[in-house]
Amino acid sequence: MSTTESNIEPASQLDPNVVSMTINGKAVLARKGEWIIAAADRTEDFIPRFCYHPRMESVGVCRQCLVEVEGPRGPMMVVSCMTPVAQGQVVRTDTDIVKRAQEGMIELLLANHPLDCPVCDKGGECPLQDQAFSHGPGESRYIEEKRHYEKPIPISGLVFLDRERCILCDRCTRFADEVAGDPLITFIHRGNNTQVMTFPDEPFASYFSGNTVQICPVGALTAEPYRFKARPWDLQQQESTCTTCSVGCRTVVQSSRNEILRYQGVDSDPVNWGWLCDRGRFNFQSTNSQNRLATPLIKSDDGLKPASWTAALDETARALRHAQPGSIAILGGARGTNEDAWAWAQLADVLGVEMRDAQLDDGLPAEIFGYPGATIDDACSAATVILLAPDLKEELPVLYLRLRGAAEKKKIRIIEIATHDSGLTRYAWKSIMHEPGNQVQTVQDVLSAPEIKEQLGRGRVVLVAGRSNLAELAHNTMAAVDSIVTTVAQVSVLPVLRRGNVRGALSLGLAPRASNDAAAILEAAANGKIDCLILLGADPLSDVPDADLARRGVAGARFIIAIDTFLTNSSAHADIVLPAAAYGEKDGTTTNLEGRVTDVVQSITPHATSRPDWMMAAELATLLGNDLGILTLQDIQARISQTVVGFDGLSVSVAVRKNGVLISVPPVSPLQVHHEAVTKRNSYEYRLVVARKLYDEAVATAMSQSLSALATGAGVYVHPLDLERIGAKDGSSVRISSTGRSVVLPVYASMSVTRGTAFAPFNQKGVDIRELLQATDGVTDVQIANIS
Amino acid sequence: MSRLTDAHVTLAKEIIGRYPRPKSALVPLLHLAQEQDGYITRDAMVHIGQLVGVTSAEVYGTATFYEMFKFEPVGKYVVNICGTMSCALMGSEELMHHAEKRLGIKAGGTTADGMFTLEHAECQAACTEAPCLQVNYRYRYRLTPADLDQLIDDLSSERLTHEIPPHGTVAKVRQHIPPHLGVGAVEPELVTESPVWLDSKAAL
Repeated sequence: MSTTESNIEPASQLDPNVVSMTINGKAVLARKGEWIIAAADRTEDFIPRFCYHPRMESVGVCRQCLVEVEGPRGPMMVVSCMTPVAQGQVVRTDTDIVKRAQEGMIELLLANHPLDCPVCDKGGECPLQDQAFSHGPGESRYIEEKRHYEKPIPISGLVFLDRERCILCDRCTRFADEVAGDPLITFIHRGNNTQVMTFPDEPFASYFSGNTVQICPVGALTAEPYRFKARPWDLQQQESTCTTCSVGCRTVVQSSRNEILRYQGVDSDPVNWGWLCDRGRFNFQSTNSQNRLATPLIKSDDGLKPASWTAALDETARALRHAQPGSIAILGGARGTNEDAWAWAQLADVLGVEMRDAQLDDGLPAEIFGYPGATIDDACSAATVILLAPDLKEELPVLYLRLRGAAEKKKIRIIEIATHDSGLTRYAWKSIMHEPGNQVQTVQDVLSAPEIKEQLGRGRVVLVAGRSNLAELAHNTMAAVDSIVTTVAQVSVLPVLRRGNVRGALSLGLAPRASNDAAAILEAAANGKIDCLILLGADPLSDVPDADLARRGVAGARFIIAIDTFLTNSSAHADIVLPAAAYGEKDGTTTNLEGRVTDVVQSITPHATSRPDWMMAAELATLLGNDLGILTLQDIQARISQTVVGFDGLSVSVAVRKNGVLISVPPVSPLQVHHEAVTKRNSYEYRLVVARKLYDEAVATAMSQSLSALATGAGVYVHPLDLERIGAKDGSSVRISSTGRSVVLPVYASMSVTRGTAFAPFNQKGVDIRELLQATDGVTDVQIANIS
Repeated sequence: MSRLTDAHVTLAKEIIGRYPRPKSALVPLLHLAQEQDGYITRDAMVHIGQLVGVTSAEVYGTATFYEMFKFEPVGKYVVNICGTMSCALMGSEELMHHAEKRLGIKAGGTTADGMFTLEHAECQAACTEAPCLQVNYRYRYRLTPADLDQLIDDLSSERLTHEIPPHGTVAKVRQHIPPHLGVGAVEPELVTESPVWLDSKAAL
């Protein structure tokens, strides 16, 4: 042992943060402050554990990880999840006394455990089951009646709790409090009666509740969508990337008999730390939906009729061939893979399509990528984070978790500039509320405040920027972004994007050219200038903020080709609908908001006859006499890495399958931002804020049974004092009118809405707030009248 | 089911002001709620959560840890008869049987008129005075069944109200700390000077 110690002394002397110790006689280098259990994981001396989780604070409640550490009075028993490593520490995890202690703990934990493994969803992947075999005594001396509780009780619409199985490890309650910031479950009572519980009749309504099911070390918490669906040993699994939003969390997709049954989070250090939001975790149900498109559809006199792929592609090619030059437009592409986007961009090039946009007038222009980019890690380690973004808890939930965690640990200071309170408001160092349209002035005021100036001078600044209000022009936000970037030193930008692969689609050729963005394309269509409108997984009738523009655009386009997984509002108006393979049904890569390329993996065969978007593009190109020269996904990846700047060498990289690879972004020409002063208020006394909630009518959410009921429904929210001013009661109906348009919606009081503004969630079931929005308006002012 | 009354909210704010962090006032506020209604109502827990800035679940978790907080209505007088060793040897079991017969309820129950709740208690640290009991946590020592009858008679006819307030009242005298003597709601890490109470001790 002395020889091993002498071998490692020099290293520890070099770095004051490294200590040398021995675990079971093996020399180990560990970082100061690290727990023994973490160091032992690296030497493969597995220490059994239940409560310890590397992404949460240690609490040492399960007592399973007892090991022996040499002390002045001989070996001493310690919990390895709460004992830090130390210089010269001698740890033994394999002595008889350790074995006896660990066996004793298992016996105690099993004393009240129902051992209903044959009917338990966790059976086969259960840490308690596994460790009872590996570290348990093999039998119990406890012969008395076990503790009984009512068998699983729902603690939310998604999660069931079986208190008999619970071993009180504190993982779920710690997650809810420490990681999610939603301490809606807690230990109640004490001693032998301790149990995990919500407040009576107040469900565990957290956007992150599914994570507690994943980290539960027993079968106490089970998720409604997976209950009794499969046994772990029957599951096939592939590591992949979630494309529900643009964070790009790493997941493992688990399927059985060609049906996706579950997603689990995978710990990707730069991205999601193992967590997923419930929307991303449970929307696999939409992939299995009976409403998926099965065959191509061609419009006939009596509506859309199923057709063969040959007929549908021939018809599509014919329409494209006969379109006037310059009269073809492509909307969408951000829901597919990088390869899909590239292939369609190639087809667009072949057809000479100038009008293309992967976004639907609901994001920021692609020029946002021209600023120095920041990663999620950059944001979480910056001195200051400026939020000029929609509510991240609603739009990019896992980015919210990361930033919240960093702010809670006082690693970063958040300066929030917003129109209403967000999930991060309570963690912000400064939260400045402004009226929509006034962000430039607000930003300038904020940046010139001495206290803020001092803070901004303390180190790196990351600006998290996105379209926080769909009832005003993106331009307002871009002008504010520009103002910050030109004023603040050491600033980089993390763009907040809506759909899974916006960044990939925009980078791979589906970015608008010469200001022909989605709004301009729809306006052109409305004016009869579009012969052929291709909707690449896009649903402008649901997603474009200006409902009237979307309607006129869809009605004015002479021929519409929709590529989609479901018959959406817009694809129902198409002349040809081509069924697309969904997430989990195709291979490829995706690009997240940081520009991180990771792979998505096929787990099941595409539904019915549906196929990946890129295949359709390749076939259409061939039919049009312009073979793209791509037969396989690998062909596309090779071409992307050869031809697209920033994507070189990515396709073959093993790293794409782990934490991903960041694309390098060439700086684009500086933005031409002209800020227009916001028009003065007239008699329209409320300024409208329209933004998304996590659960809305988005097709993957609406088509997932367990998520569809979670949407709030349409309504308008005002400050309680404004509600009084309107003279309405909470929940009563009001008429909201902008110039020439009006809708009737229920009104609710909310303290998180700034006075003088009205907040309406986007794309909810009920009356559509988008009726009031106009793409050309800088801001939207409305009147609210009580009609009840 | 009731939230804290306006007068109690004023008092609650004073109590919250004594602590560096609002949620430190959780247990005193639970006592206030129990004093108001005789037990802790759900609405009171929601209200307290709002006052100190924690979720209702956190209030519930903390409150249920303590046996002396009740979550169902109890009698005006909660009678805890000790059943631990010394009292058991000195006849507490007979005392309990007698009380059950006299009040017509089992241990854990409440009389129909809402006057008495009978409870079995663990050691109340008065072993030299066994058998003992507590009425609303006020001691009675060396009781015989006859003493118990007398006690119940006295309580029923409100002859002991000067000594034993209704269940939930912690003390008859309410403590008020003038604001200048309170430490105030300052985050502990922001406090650079010694707290007031330490300074005043130093002067002694």
